[in-house]
Amino acid sequence: MSEKSTLDCQRLLCPMPVIRVQDHVATLNPGDVVEAICTDPGVVNDIPAWCRINGHEVVEIREDEDDFIVVVRVGESA
Amino acid sequence: MTQRKALALISGGLDSLLATRVIQEQGIHVEGVNFFTGFCVEGHTHAIRQKDKDKPKRNNALWSAERLGIKLHIVDIVEEYKEVVFNPKHGYGSNLNPCLDCKIFMVKKAHEWIEKNDFDFVITGEVIGQRPKSQRKATMPVVQEESGIHDRLLRPLCAKNLPETLPEREGWVNRSQLYDFHGRSRKPQMALAQKFGFEDYAQPAGGCCFLTDEQYSVKLSDMWQSRGEKRYELDDIMLLKVGRHVRPKANFKLIIAREAGETKFMRGYRKQYPSLVITSHGGPWTLIDGELSEDDLMLSAQIAARYSQGRDAEQVDFDYINTNGDVRQLSVVPMHPDDIDKAWVL
Ligand code: SF4
Repeated sequence: MSEKSTLDCQRLLCPMPVIRVQDHVATLNPGDVVEAICTDPGVVNDIPAWCRINGHEVVEIREDEDDFIVVVRVGESA
Repeated sequence: MTQRKALALISGGLDSLLATRVIQEQGIHVEGVNFFTGFCVEGHTHAIRQKDKDKPKRNNALWSAERLGIKLHIVDIVEEYKEVVFNPKHGYGSNLNPCLDCKIFMVKKAHEWIEKNDFDFVITGEVIGQRPKSQRKATMPVVQEESGIHDRLLRPLCAKNLPETLPEREGWVNRSQLYDFHGRSRKPQMALAQKFGFEDYAQPAGGCCFLTDEQYSVKLSDMWQSRGEKRYELDDIMLLKVGRHVRPKANFKLIIAREAGETKFMRGYRKQYPSLVITSHGGPWTLIDGELSEDDLMLSAQIAARYSQGRDAEQVDFDYINTNGDVRQLSVVPMHPDDIDKAWVL
């Protein structure tokens, strides 16, 4: 069963949200999904770039008031 | 034959990009590491300031890794790095940049990483003579010795000017295909970038972090002086990157936003610091760092009014909001520009 988790990255500036996602993903299994809630607009570029490099998938990017939410599915090589 | 593995220190600049590609070309498996000290120029300010909106919002280390097709491990060293900033054994550069100690520290961390992950050696984009203080022929062995990595550190861009290292001796890499760059010229790097087809790479002028910036260093020393000791948290060093910092008295300073992007960012700190928000005119958000008396508060408002659209008005109204969110209204006459001592503005 794939797990779904949420990660609070509010007020963190890049690359801290990327580090948070990276370190959290390291504890997950392929197929698991993590939703990172961020306030630094830089994440809409940095988290997808990190995913492309490391073989994870960005499922969704959306804006919600002051937040930028990036949803990542953990790739097979994790 | 065993596949040899190297870890590259990726700063996001051209030199580490080239050094990595040179080693990849020799059939070595390379992964990258990027250390986040809190002072890195990456990411933050361009996300905050409107004026930087047109610049590509990218993290150059991630961009480099993507161009190279390598994995990148970003490591948070904020806490451990403090010791490097507080007490650099080899001293500071022209500002508060402890470059040599910083390099030793990062190579040491990279060495620990390769031991843990079963990699063979570490590479950096260092070039002899590139930086007058930290990248000299004499400092190259200092980094190797003091980091404890010794000859498992290879600098592909200037290896031919240095003694042979383990990867060369063992024949993992071919020394004749490494380089002999030296000095401050960037021409050889640019030619090599062209050969590899790299375009649009980052070329930071001063260095890779804010500690090389004079104005930033002034603000950092001021913070240490006001605290009576060298101490900082991540939030402190982030806030030093934004706003105009004005210290009218030893016991407090004001951080005055310079534009809407900074106001938005600084609002995020309203639970940590009291704020002054102008209600009668357009104007910047102001945070107050320190303990203030009633007179100090009035003085703060007068200064903040000076930087608002009400600077020529007879009266400017504020909400003073404490860290619990309690609001108090106050009105002041804006301070005359001549009364703002230049030495207050950090
Ligand atoms: S510029 Fe900053 S990050 Fe780069 S070596 Fe110097 S202290 Fe370290």
